[in-house]
Amino acid sequence: MSTCSLLALAQSEDRDYERADYEGVEVRWCPGCGDYSVLTATQRLLAEEGLKPEETVVVSGIGCSSRFPHYMNTYGFHGIHGRALTLATGVKLNRPELSVFVVMGDGDCCSIGAGHWLHATRYNIDMVVLLLDNEIYGLTKKQTSPTTPQGYKSNTQPRGSFLPALNPLEATLGITNASFVAQTAEWVPAHLYATLQAAYRHKGFAFVRILQRCPHFTPDIMNELVTDRDQVQLLMHDDGINAPGLDKVFENRRVHDPSNLDAARRLASDSQQTRLGLFFRDESLPRYDDLRRTTRLTAEERIELLNEELALYAV
Amino acid sequence: MAALSSAVSPEVRDSSRVKHAPPTVHRLDEHTVEIVSDSGEGAQKCGQIFGTVSAKMGNGVWTVEIIPAEIEPPARSVAGTSGIRIRIGSGPITNWGDETKLAVAFNEQSLLSRHRIGALADDATILVENRWATHDDEAIRDQWASAMEELSERNYTIIEVPMEEECLTVVENPRLGKNMFVLGLLAFVYDRDLDRIREQIAFAFLNKPKKIYERNVALLELGHGWASENLDFQYHIPSIETDQEMVVMNGNQAFAMGAIASGMELAAMYPITPATSVSHYLCDVFERFGGIVHQAEDEIAAIGVAIGASYSGKVAFTITSGPGMALKTEFLGMAVMTEIPLVLLNVQRGGPSTGLPTKVEQSDLLASIFGQPGDAPHVVMAPATIEECFHAPITARRIAETFRTVVMILSDANLATGVQPFPKPDPQVSWQAPMPDQAPVPEGARPYDWDPETGLSRRFIPGQPGGMHTVTSLAHDEDSHVAYDAEINQRSSRMRSRKLAALQHTMSPPPIYGEESGDLLIVGWGSTKGAIQEALDRVRAEGLSVSSTHLSFLSPLEPGLGEIFSRFRKVMTVEINYSDEPDDPYITEENRRRGQLAWLLRATTLVDVDCWTRVLGEPLRPGAIVEAIHTHMPTKKRGKRT
Ligand SMILES: Cc1ncc(C[n+]2csc(CCOP(=O)(O)OP(=O)(O)O)c2C)c(N)n1
Ligand SMILES: [Mg+2]
Repeated sequence: MSTCSLLALAQSEDRDYERADYEGVEVRWCPGCGDYSVLTATQRLLAEEGLKPEETVVVSGIGCSSRFPHYMNTYGFHGIHGRALTLATGVKLNRPELSVFVVMGDGDCCSIGAGHWLHATRYNIDMVVLLLDNEIYGLTKKQTSPTTPQGYKSNTQPRGSFLPALNPLEATLGITNASFVAQTAEWVPAHLYATLQAAYRHKGFAFVRILQRCPHFTPDIMNELVTDRDQVQLLMHDDGINAPGLDKVFENRRVHDPSNLDAARRLASDSQQTRLGLFFRDESLPRYDDLRRTTRLTAEERIELLNEELALYAV
Repeated sequence: MAALSSAVSPEVRDSSRVKHAPPTVHRLDEHTVEIVSDSGEGAQKCGQIFGTVSAKMGNGVWTVEIIPAEIEPPARSVAGTSGIRIRIGSGPITNWGDETKLAVAFNEQSLLSRHRIGALADDATILVENRWATHDDEAIRDQWASAMEELSERNYTIIEVPMEEECLTVVENPRLGKNMFVLGLLAFVYDRDLDRIREQIAFAFLNKPKKIYERNVALLELGHGWASENLDFQYHIPSIETDQEMVVMNGNQAFAMGAIASGMELAAMYPITPATSVSHYLCDVFERFGGIVHQAEDEIAAIGVAIGASYSGKVAFTITSGPGMALKTEFLGMAVMTEIPLVLLNVQRGGPSTGLPTKVEQSDLLASIFGQPGDAPHVVMAPATIEECFHAPITARRIAETFRTVVMILSDANLATGVQPFPKPDPQVSWQAPMPDQAPVPEGARPYDWDPETGLSRRFIPGQPGGMHTVTSLAHDEDSHVAYDAEINQRSSRMRSRKLAALQHTMSPPPIYGEESGDLLIVGWGSTKGAIQEALDRVRAEGLSVSSTHLSFLSPLEPGLGEIFSRFRKVMTVEINYSDEPDDPYITEENRRRGQLAWLLRATTLVDVDCWTRVLGEPLRPGAIVEAIHTHMPTKKRGKRT
């Protein structure tokens, strides 16, 4: 290696990043879309954690929210509807050293991709998984999603959604080997950032449901939560998600120990109270990516072993 | 039990003790034997060992497994027959042949199933377990009697063998031992080397306790001893002298080893017959080669994981069969759109839908080429022999990487379980995927910098500084930016399509088997090559002017087909998929649904390609192809092909 490229390498090692280093192409979400603040928080997180853009991969499905990777200056994979987690699994199995973020919409994750959501949770591969839940299909123009509130009118259930909404936190916490489940809201930037940071620092599958407003199709859906702080309860704990100053803003608070799975399930399934915070975290659970690590061979080593194997089948 | 096994020690088999005259030895160029039983009685294991040992003794070999779709269908049922056919010869054997000359049956019902589909030669010799003849259950005795009556329609020589009675002298449960007893019978009949068989038994039960090996060897020797005292015939099939180092395995194993030799490191799959055994073998060995087999939650996830892995480094592969292929469709289109290399193995089975899970068919050809919504040009290739199953993933991996595309390999149930010796491959560094490029991307380089002539471009892999971009399943420009404008879509479609033409440009026309011109040209693809060429040898010996060509690539097709076809008065495909017969009710020249390759060749060459196809759930028999050639020869009068 020449001294010149060594220098370049050293510089890239030491480099300080700014949020702007992670900006991709011009953002084309609707004005007021909740996805903006998630994008900003993610870019800020990457800068502050010093993640190299070239060693970070953002994977998504299809939907408004799934445009996310284009707006990042990292490697990105804008895949197909519902299948982001499968692509991310492939990336991580092959390249465990890369940092992987997955962005999905509620249709993407909880409907068409539900099977992968279940299994990826159980695989517990180290990645940050963001569910941008606007409780509606955005990109295809206002169809009912599994998380649409019961009674809410859409183009496919014009007299109101028939069934109670599927609860993504309850569902994820019900899956064997779930290791990190949190909820945050895009309109509380400090909490959003602290949640992303905790998710990134978690070794395992960090599932974050982000309540996200869609000003175009569901402007009213989260109004009360946004305007009336008391409608939202903040989960507090020393081992939880702690954003400075929030305890002063949210008067409705509750202490919850994130190592208590039973309590987490109970709190998550309570339909009367929306809660933000860390429901559950367990870093001791088995990780599929860890269990599947292999030692890579050189071409010559492979040939030698293969010749031994072929000899077993020699005539 | 140990004491009992010494009762069949080699002394007992000592020829000096054999009372009857030495057996008549028939010298033959080739012979076909079938072992049939209920499921779970180990007929396949017996036949695999017999086939492997025959190959190791220098014979040409081809084996075909007869597998019911259920794990343990009702015992003694015609429909539940499980078994294996082994054809061995003095020269190389390329297909399963026509009819069985020797059948060994564990019960008369499985024998009936083979009899009824015409699998047995009229003069076949049959060794059949005879305990059913005197069974306590009257219904079984009646079944035996009526089966014998039905079998007497033909001129079979039926020899009753007290398999169970003999086996009970060594084991308590004869269901777990008859197969090795039968292996002993065959070892005598074909004069196989017992030491090699013992070695092969040891290999087959490598991870089992030693006493299992010992029990199996005792049964082997018991069968051999019984045969030498009770059978008065032997077949001698001289072996081939060769200096070449050979290996013997089935097509699925060959594919797995080829995948290892290609340097690929990740396979993602969801279990499906008849593809699964590739993964069974890989799961056993792949980690030692630094590889991972990921059993995904479904076929969609399997291909997603493979694409994610390919995207981030070396080309990965996914393994499936028809129904799984259908589920992968959307992702296949995405891989083509994003130009992420991928190797897909489809071990075809009977269809549509769940179809005939364990049986051979070649019905996925058009779905493989055209099955992805939108225009999704990609490569489809088909190995024709077990040896080609080994080399296919090596070629596929290289094409996938060079052309940034999907390469599908269409194998089938015949190749999957067929065992054939082939020259030992000599693995090369150049076969293997290089380490993923992690060098910085030069300033200004673009992720889809299509070469206007070939459509080729260089891909950037995560980890490469300066190469950050987002691949997208949406239409995109050279920078991978979402782009809806008309001109870009036309251009990028052209670039993806151009790659196939560029690949075809590097190929040669397929070789012709037989004369370069003549009356009839047979065109085949995939596993039918051996049977077609054997049929051709027979009709050419009769003086017919017939040649054949066998296609290795279906997309793009090998070049020069139109010119080759013009040298024959008639062109006809032979395939294992469905086609209407020209004289079927309502069938006209226009509405006739033809064999899938015929369909493709007609469209690409404008030649009036005919077809002869069958979907009998078994490989084609050379004899049946001979008959088809006789009925499809062009009439002399008509002169030039119309
Ligand atoms: C296989 C497939 N089915 C359907 C679609 C159409 N489609 C695109 S996005 C989408 C739903 C988007 O909703 P959501 O996942 O909640 O994301 P949002 O747009 O709300 O962010 C659908 C149904 C598709 N692209 N692919
Ligand atoms: Mg949505």
